[in-house]
Amino acid sequence: MRLVNEFTKGLWREVPPFRLVLGLCPTLAVTTAAENGVGMGLATTFVLVCSNVLVALLRKLIPSKVRIASYIVIIASFVVIVELSMQAYAYKLYEALGIFIPLIVVNCIVLGRAEAFASKNNVVLSMADGLGMGIGFTMALTVIGGVRELLGSGSVFGVHVMWSSFEPFGFMLKAPGAFVCLGFLLGIMNIIGAKK
Amino acid sequence: MTEYILLIVSAIFVNNILLARYLGNCPFLGVSKSMDTAIGMGMAVIFVITSAGVITWMVQKYVLDPFGLAYLSTIAFILVIAALVQLVEMFLQKSVPALYRALGIFLPLITTNCAVLGVAIINIKEDYDLLTTLVFSFASAVGYSLALVLFAGIRERFAVMKMPKPFDGTPLGLITAGLLSMAFLGFSGLLK
Repeated sequence: MRLVNEFTKGLWREVPPFRLVLGLCPTLAVTTAAENGVGMGLATTFVLVCSNVLVALLRKLIPSKVRIASYIVIIASFVVIVELSMQAYAYKLYEALGIFIPLIVVNCIVLGRAEAFASKNNVVLSMADGLGMGIGFTMALTVIGGVRELLGSGSVFGVHVMWSSFEPFGFMLKAPGAFVCLGFLLGIMNIIGAKK
Repeated sequence: MTEYILLIVSAIFVNNILLARYLGNCPFLGVSKSMDTAIGMGMAVIFVITSAGVITWMVQKYVLDPFGLAYLSTIAFILVIAALVQLVEMFLQKSVPALYRALGIFLPLITTNCAVLGVAIINIKEDYDLLTTLVFSFASAVGYSLALVLFAGIRERFAVMKMPKPFDGTPLGLITAGLLSMAFLGFSGLLK
């Protein structure tokens, strides 16, 4: 029961970029298209799950004074794994995400979960937590990417869906569009949340 | 000389690290509620980004590249930055206590500011030489602080205004950041 609970909290109750307002930089930067959002989300999910498991395994061995530094090294190692495998097998995505792949290291969600959850709970719970948070993060990025792609280029996942006379707003693909879009989505989430 | 001036203008206004490159947004929204904290954070960021940019450049060129370890740069950089922040903190505490008290809590926060690692990575990706690295890091950090201080100035006014409840706080902060970012887009005409 607890396991299911730890998994599902990341999906709605504590969706990282919306509810906790963590990990905003990748959320804003790579979501010019839904596909990039999915790619970034999956890369982060992999790092989150792996680092949560390893931190939970080592939680009794790591002295608390140097714990943050140790977590950063663990996270950075997994980020390098993701970076190199993406370079080898998904080069186009690697190009599109650019410097934001190495920057997963400083994504506050990953370090935040290691410190707040994995360092206090066992391996299975930490894995569920990481997986839930990761999937929640992926969903959030996909939604933002989808909205920006729909309005900014009139398509979703590269498939054109808007009517033919639709004039795309180039604004949505630029930096201001990202901020405004995320701001409105957060506001809408708050409205939905307040009704319940 | 002209190329450095262009680089400075580009890093501060046109490709502002915060508003156009989307780096360092978490502290941007976190500490921009009052002017004093924004200025403190801005000073700390300028100091750390400039020194981290130069040191990580040296680590890459003199340690990682000669030994063929370039794939370790992410791990190496984040450790260098964490150690540097710690060192700066200890140094300031001992020798410039006034500045240490002013920057206080902002220093440890900077380790997880992605602008620091971001600038270090951009320096290597763009293959800058040492002087260009120094100029670019400093100008980016100045751009970061400028955006932070401007944003804090706008945000202080929020406190006295009536807001629609669901948009209060972060959502409105983000929309304001979007408007500020749009204003900065106006500078893109400065460079071809």
